[in-house]
Amino acid sequence: MREGRTKGGTWRRGCVSCPSIRAPKVPLAFSGGAMGSWQARPEQQHYYHQLAQKTGFSAEQIKNLHHRFRELSANGETIRNQQEGESGRLEELDLGHFLMVMSHFRPPRHKSGEDERCAVRRQKLRFLFNMHDTDNDGTITLVEYRKVVEELLSKSGAIGHEAAKAIADAAMLEVASTNVPHMAPDEFYEGITFEHFEQILNGLEMESRMHIRFLDVDTSTVRCGKAGSTSTP
Amino acid sequence: MARHHHHHAVLGPRRAGLTCLIPPLFLALLVCTAVFSANVPNNQSGGGWREDEKDDNDDVDNDEQHRRRGNATKTFPVLSFNYEHIRIPFEVSLWILLALLMKLGFHVIPRVSRVVPESCLLILVGLLVGGAIKAVRQTAPVLDSRLFFLYLLPPIILDAGYFLPVRPFAENLGTILLLAVAGTLWNAFFVGGATYAVCLLAGGRLAGADLLSCLLFGSIVSAVDPVAVLAVFEEIHINELLYILVFGESLLNDAVTVVLYHLFEEFSHAGTVTIADALLGVLSFFAVSCGGILIGVVYGLLGAFTSRFTSRTRVIEPLFVFLYSYMAYLSAEVFHLSGIMSLIACGVITRPYVEANISHKSYTTVKYFLKMWSSVSETLIFIFLGVSTVAGPHEWNWTFVTVTVVLCLVSRVLGVVGLAYVVNKFRIIKLTKKDQFIVAYGGLRGAIAFSLGFLLTQHQMKHLFLTAIITVIFFTVFVQGITIRPLVELLEVKKKRECDDSINEEIHTQFLDHLLVGIEDVCGHYGHHHWKDKLSRFNKTYVKKWLISGERSTQPQLLSFYNKMEMKQALMLVESGGGGNIFKPTAPHTDPRFPSRRRADVLEARQKEIRKMLHSNMQKDRQRLRSYSRHDLMEDPFEDDVSEARFRKRAEMGRRMSHYLTVPAKRPEAPPSVRRVAFQPEHRVYTYDDDESAREPTEARTDPGLPDAVRPQNQEEDDQQRLAALRRLSDPGPV
Repeated sequence: MREGRTKGGTWRRGCVSCPSIRAPKVPLAFSGGAMGSWQARPEQQHYYHQLAQKTGFSAEQIKNLHHRFRELSANGETIRNQQEGESGRLEELDLGHFLMVMSHFRPPRHKSGEDERCAVRRQKLRFLFNMHDTDNDGTITLVEYRKVVEELLSKSGAIGHEAAKAIADAAMLEVASTNVPHMAPDEFYEGITFEHFEQILNGLEMESRMHIRFLDVDTSTVRCGKAGSTSTP
Repeated sequence: MARHHHHHAVLGPRRAGLTCLIPPLFLALLVCTAVFSANVPNNQSGGGWREDEKDDNDDVDNDEQHRRRGNATKTFPVLSFNYEHIRIPFEVSLWILLALLMKLGFHVIPRVSRVVPESCLLILVGLLVGGAIKAVRQTAPVLDSRLFFLYLLPPIILDAGYFLPVRPFAENLGTILLLAVAGTLWNAFFVGGATYAVCLLAGGRLAGADLLSCLLFGSIVSAVDPVAVLAVFEEIHINELLYILVFGESLLNDAVTVVLYHLFEEFSHAGTVTIADALLGVLSFFAVSCGGILIGVVYGLLGAFTSRFTSRTRVIEPLFVFLYSYMAYLSAEVFHLSGIMSLIACGVITRPYVEANISHKSYTTVKYFLKMWSSVSETLIFIFLGVSTVAGPHEWNWTFVTVTVVLCLVSRVLGVVGLAYVVNKFRIIKLTKKDQFIVAYGGLRGAIAFSLGFLLTQHQMKHLFLTAIITVIFFTVFVQGITIRPLVELLEVKKKRECDDSINEEIHTQFLDHLLVGIEDVCGHYGHHHWKDKLSRFNKTYVKKWLISGERSTQPQLLSFYNKMEMKQALMLVESGGGGNIFKPTAPHTDPRFPSRRRADVLEARQKEIRKMLHSNMQKDRQRLRSYSRHDLMEDPFEDDVSEARFRKRAEMGRRMSHYLTVPAKRPEAPPSVRRVAFQPEHRVYTYDDDESAREPTEARTDPGLPDAVRPQNQEEDDQQRLAALRRLSDPGPV
């Protein structure tokens, strides 16, 4: 991930267990030749099968992602955390964790029922929530939310800093007034819980927005290692 | 709808009875005026509003005679009657006035306007007027094609293009293009070909139709019409995806229609089409669409650039928007390129930059004028459609007409189903059967088809074709327009969700964009998020610098959104008379916990006042927003009442607010607590400041300043950390 490329390194802070992964510039098409030279051993097959069960990817996709993983980890077994370790973060990332994170970005299946969609949405929202809630206490406090907004506005310098505070305040207020409309004068709004978070982002339809096309099983454009179709019908 | 009832229940039964009489009254007035205006001697036969040379000559002659007569007679005419002098503007104004009065009348009758879409009612009015004129044996004004394409159509398209929701449009562009291009081509050829076959089989009068004329007819009748679609879809509040699919298709198929029409019209005179001609046709299509868009973009950029310098002459700002867009349309029409696409491109390009540059009042003006003009245009188009139906020479042929109607329906359904099947292979959010049905059913034909048919030069089948076109239009607008609303209810199609500006949603939309770009990078996949990000970067670093004045050019999108929201809230509060107390600058950081208690008693009474004022204002808003259609402005409920006097009265508050409004980017001293209360005065929510260390235990644990090394390396701590981290991975399990 190119440093500071996304606003203030949102990617760096987020994606929980993948702190800044220094990605080499990737050629658009994976070399299919490299794929062929690497054979899957039987225990690896079993490992893949396990992973497929856990994450819901197909075997072929796991192979693709493993290939990508090997590129990122310079052919090692784990991706090392290049940044200063923040508290509570994993130092290393192995394939299982990598795949687990990626599985959050799978598109929804076409024939899923209402419950399934709800579950998928909840899972994705949970992921986002955990990204914001850095201290893991189950609520997003004002401090944490401010950090989020600051990173989004990180390029604007001093103005951004002040405005970030204001925006975060307003956002918290909005969540509070939507979810807890009748608060007594001395009550506080402690922080955004997961239920409130779900409630406030209900309109965004996360299950259909938070996905990468590359990771879809249903469409016919998934090919071995190649970047999926860049046109969006 | 409930509010509708409430309002009319208030009127009382007696008055309701009287109000029912109003539309017929207006109708009678309209008819009388139409007859009167037709009666006044004019030298045009079957003409329209065109100012003829003859007319001018008549005026000059009259004046001369008048002068000569004046020299001869002795008495000075105290009062004289010279109608000819002002006839044209007078008639135009009168028509428009009465059309709008009719529209007013419809909304007064509650029941009818809920069942029948406005477009149907207006066509009916047109029919009646046309019938009345014909009964008096006068020639009625016909929907002149030039009038339609140059004056009536552009405002509607500009309104639609300027307010086009760009994000869903761009996300579904592939589907829209496929429906517009492939769908229209399929429709044209299917209807044309099948009609030709039927004509051959039927023989008789129809035997004169050759393949090319039938194809020409097919291309005219197969285009989905944006005016009709807008008129009907705005009233049923369908969800955004379906709306943008049908509407986007109706806009983009203009290029196809233009090319096919010209192609077939040229060749129907020549008689044959070769392969080379077909290839030229394809080339022409690309030229027409890309050229149109290019012209639109150029004018749009010019308009945005101009608006950068208008800070000293705010009053003429709206005009720039209108004129540049209109010029884009006309310039495209000069080269026979697609004027509609040019207009849409101009509106889409102009909007973000112009909105950042012009003042709030100019922005409101632009919005209002666009809505106003498009509303008037739409009304006039439908009324004229009705009048022209009665007036025009018709040739009714049962076979031809029924075959046409049936074929149009069948081809539309087949086209949509087939294309949806193809497109679902590439879409993430697939189109369900319900969606496909609505898209197929929403393919309404309208005035564009009529005008194109009218433009056909002397053609032996012209009247036959025109009759069939009118029948198809009537069928789609009436039958499909009226039944689509109950069908939408029956099929439980998702409706448009309540549009509320949520700062949380905006934050998360942006956050998600960045996140997805990052994930795509990790995957090594240059997907469309990547390109979207690239485009927005390009926009930020180069384009915005040129087109937006002042500091706004570097303002991030989140900030502009927030400022807009702030401004709205502030103005709303000013309007509602929110007290001056609230805006006294208090020391926000000293003790956020206790100000509530200290101020509680002071502001109790104030709160009640504010609540009452807000409540009464909400009621006013609700009444104003009763008739929800495209032509009402939902987002500015307060523009009518904010008067200068009230602004001046609240000078103190106004000073602070005006600081917000004129210099939105710089707000160094805005104290958070002020804004907290400003948003929701009855809700005492104080989120505490991070200057207060009210949460000792958690703060120490999450203090990011402490590096890991300092912390005691307990086995438990490690385990805890790892557990915490793993918890965040939130194992999804098999899905």
